[in-house]
Amino acid sequence: MADHGVNHGRRRFLTATTAVVGGVGGVFAAVPFVKSWQPSAAAKTSGAPVIADISKLEPGQRLVARWRGQPVWIIRRTPDLLAGLATLSDRLVDPNSTVNPEQQPSYAVNAQRAIKPEIAVIVGICTHLGCAPTFVPEMLPQEFDGDWKGGFFCPCHGSRFDMAGRVYKDMPAPRNLKVPPYHFIDDNTIEIGVDQMAEVA
Amino acid sequence: MANSIDRLMGASYDWFNARAPGATEWYNRHVGKYYAPKNFNFWYYFGSLAMVLFANQILTGIWLTMHFKPDAALAFDSVEYIRRDVDWGWLLQSMHAVGASLFFIVIYLHMFRAMLYGSYRKPRELVWVLGMVMLLALMGEAFFGYVLPWGQMSYWGAQVITSIFGAIPIIGDSLVELIRGDYLVADATLNRFFALHVIALPLVLAGLIYLHLMALHEVGSNNPDGIEIKKQKDASGKPLDGIPFHPYYTVKDLFGTAFFLLIAAFIIFFAPTFGGWFLEHDNFIAADPMVTPLLIKPVWYFTPYYAMLRAVPAMFGSQFPGVAVMGGAVLILFLLPWIDRSPVKSMRYRSSFSKLMLTLFVLCFFWLGYCGTQHPTDLLTLSARICTAFYFGFFIFMPWWSRWGATKPEPERVTFDH
Repeated sequence: MADHGVNHGRRRFLTATTAVVGGVGGVFAAVPFVKSWQPSAAAKTSGAPVIADISKLEPGQRLVARWRGQPVWIIRRTPDLLAGLATLSDRLVDPNSTVNPEQQPSYAVNAQRAIKPEIAVIVGICTHLGCAPTFVPEMLPQEFDGDWKGGFFCPCHGSRFDMAGRVYKDMPAPRNLKVPPYHFIDDNTIEIGVDQMAEVA
Repeated sequence: MANSIDRLMGASYDWFNARAPGATEWYNRHVGKYYAPKNFNFWYYFGSLAMVLFANQILTGIWLTMHFKPDAALAFDSVEYIRRDVDWGWLLQSMHAVGASLFFIVIYLHMFRAMLYGSYRKPRELVWVLGMVMLLALMGEAFFGYVLPWGQMSYWGAQVITSIFGAIPIIGDSLVELIRGDYLVADATLNRFFALHVIALPLVLAGLIYLHLMALHEVGSNNPDGIEIKKQKDASGKPLDGIPFHPYYTVKDLFGTAFFLLIAAFIIFFAPTFGGWFLEHDNFIAADPMVTPLLIKPVWYFTPYYAMLRAVPAMFGSQFPGVAVMGGAVLILFLLPWIDRSPVKSMRYRSSFSKLMLTLFVLCFFWLGYCGTQHPTDLLTLSARICTAFYFGFFIFMPWWSRWGATKPEPERVTFDH
């Protein structure tokens, strides 16, 4: 390249500004490629609330509803299981549901994490890496816990939860299982995905 | 007659050579006059075997896409259709699925060879780094591929692996949505994993293989003695202990390939699932988002890292530490060229302490691999924690321990006694 009469400062400036403008253009050009990976409009609209009929749910049984493609457990807890919950506080990470308020609606911040003490409604997805924990309702010594008070055992990484979805200490899972927004339409019907408040408002 | 054919061949060769950009030079540089050490042993088969497997995966993979349906409602059945109804489909599917596991066996042995003879050390750092990038790409490729049959293990494996990104602080949750393309692993996830598996990553891998070889040929191959053959050259500038890659090593590698294909054929014909190790039993059940299989585990080649993930408890209300340990376990390998400070390269001349460390490292890796396939009991978790600590200790303290103990003197010329 001819070197006489070259203004190097201006050349550097032009090179740099062109590169910056080109780089910005490159970033904007990447937007459609990245954005196309987000949930589509069809995926976003499939999150409608679901209604579950619990009239045939016997004490100690579990029913699995499907809400937003996720399993939601509805369990009718026996008095024994409810009594078991009260004995666990010092073995749990967050016994009073105060550490992670986003894991349950405000009306489920209580000892049973439920609107009605005997009916538990819990999103069945482990807070560790998203597996569906196994329902182990028997209050008997288990391979993984000699003093088992009933609850859930995640087969993926061994996290344990009690009958209110509260996580035990020293588990891979950091938080209690999520309680979805829900309310009772009548004694035997639950709507999952909508708060009582939303209906009132 | 023979003469005129010769003349025609010669003329065509000249015509081509005058127009092709350096074809003959390229051939000589990388094959015909690429001087490799003459003392290559058994461990030097695995590079060429990896190439054979790459070709196998590409070829069988293209044919599988002709019948496979990347749709959550159809994928599982289309794989069964390939296995049962497509003529020879069972063979193509088995070659591809078994090929994936064999690929990892070959790559792990290839990497072990580098650790055994110090092949990653100066001046071959870039060869190692490119190889490590390839390992990451291969892991992604294998993971995406395993999701495609849309069985229970495909689905829940995808659920666990994509959730791993959710553990990254702040951006985690939106990143998981971006990867899945839905609020859970669903049709959108399967469809994009298909695209990544059949075109994006294979292209990346092909490019990296080329760069890996070019980088190797720039600095020359290491050998079991870990000494540089370029230090001893004859009058014409050829290394005294070097032999041209073709025909010497093409023939050796063909022999290795034939033997390897014999083993591969045995597995493909008689044990395509390899007792649940290459294809897990639960993956013959269609994906069910409502039910997690009782024992969820990745395919064997990921189980050492998976065991590390499980071994780390949640800290500060986050599962990120476990995820960081698992990622770090792979990434720390990148540092090997710079943390190994032993005065000699090859294990043949390194101290007994170094040999002991490498042996323990291999045992730890195998034990972690075993732990990752089992239900997590307290004892297994404890042993996995010990092995995880050793795994990281091996690398973190390598700059010190690799210098300990008496080394044996390296020879002037390579050891070659036949």
